[in-house]
Amino acid sequence: MTDISREDFARAFTERLPHARAIGLVVEEIAEGRARAWIPYDPRLVGDPETGVMAGGTVFTLLDTTCGAAVVGHPLSGGVTATLDLRLDYMRAATPGQRIRARAECYHVTRSVAFVRALALDDDEETPVAAASGAFTFTPRAEQEAEA
Amino acid sequence: MSRPAPEPVQVVKQRRDAALEALVGHVPYFQFLGLRFDRRGDELTAILPYDDKLIGNPALPAIHGGVTAAFLEATAVIGLAWSVLWEDLESGRMDPAAVAAGALPRMPKTIDFTVDYLRTGLPRDAYARARVTRSGRRYASVRAEAWQDNRARPIAEATGHFRMPEPAECGA
Repeated sequence: MTDISREDFARAFTERLPHARAIGLVVEEIAEGRARAWIPYDPRLVGDPETGVMAGGTVFTLLDTTCGAAVVGHPLSGGVTATLDLRLDYMRAATPGQRIRARAECYHVTRSVAFVRALALDDDEETPVAAASGAFTFTPRAEQEAEA
Repeated sequence: MSRPAPEPVQVVKQRRDAALEALVGHVPYFQFLGLRFDRRGDELTAILPYDDKLIGNPALPAIHGGVTAAFLEATAVIGLAWSVLWEDLESGRMDPAAVAAGALPRMPKTIDFTVDYLRTGLPRDAYARARVTRSGRRYASVRAEAWQDNRARPIAEATGHFRMPEPAECGA
């Protein structure tokens, strides 16, 4: 991560994930165990046709990806991660027509496990759409370099 | 004691399949994922046919964890809505023709959803089933499990809480 910019790293991360591309997910920033990403409003991803609200599964995907990005951006991480578990609390429906933004942070990291929390927001930043917390495994940086 | 003759099996099947289609057929996100439901009596199995756009990690390759979660959540919420609809339909509380025409109760709303990732989701079809562990008037708890080649080796399991729609929230 030393030889490429944060923006390039974030862009490369998104481009490597076919499903992220399929839903138009954009990872904006990955830095020091934190990440920010968003998805545009997309009628194809609506879960409730009566209200036009995007499916909860899209919010889950956004938060899982943002958490994963935060883990690979952690200084101790070798760049490979997998979700062990993730819990989402759905606080309210996202407003149709607005993009959903997410920010995630690793709030504690052991040798191979990162504890991560994240929030999803739309234009009303006072009340989050959803909150996530979970545990992610990762390959430590040193170990990966030794294997290489 | 004379009992009414049982309905012809085609009539029963048609009614149940039409109700299931009314429940899942109009959700754009399910169509985007390619999700469908297989019905055996009242038992539903959700099927997620493999597609390249579901991949999260092309190096392994593995299905995106968010897709697995979305698959399990869809299985759970449809399983819950179906269990309620089944009772209403079979008891005659709901008119099958009206249901087929789209007069469905509102869907349960997810309060929280937790996914345990047990194994890598491989690039092949996935299946899932839900079990309603508690169904109350206002809240329900549902478990769901997804697997691929081997039923005994689940790739993920989930548990979630849902708020049941108010009876007055019935759609038109």
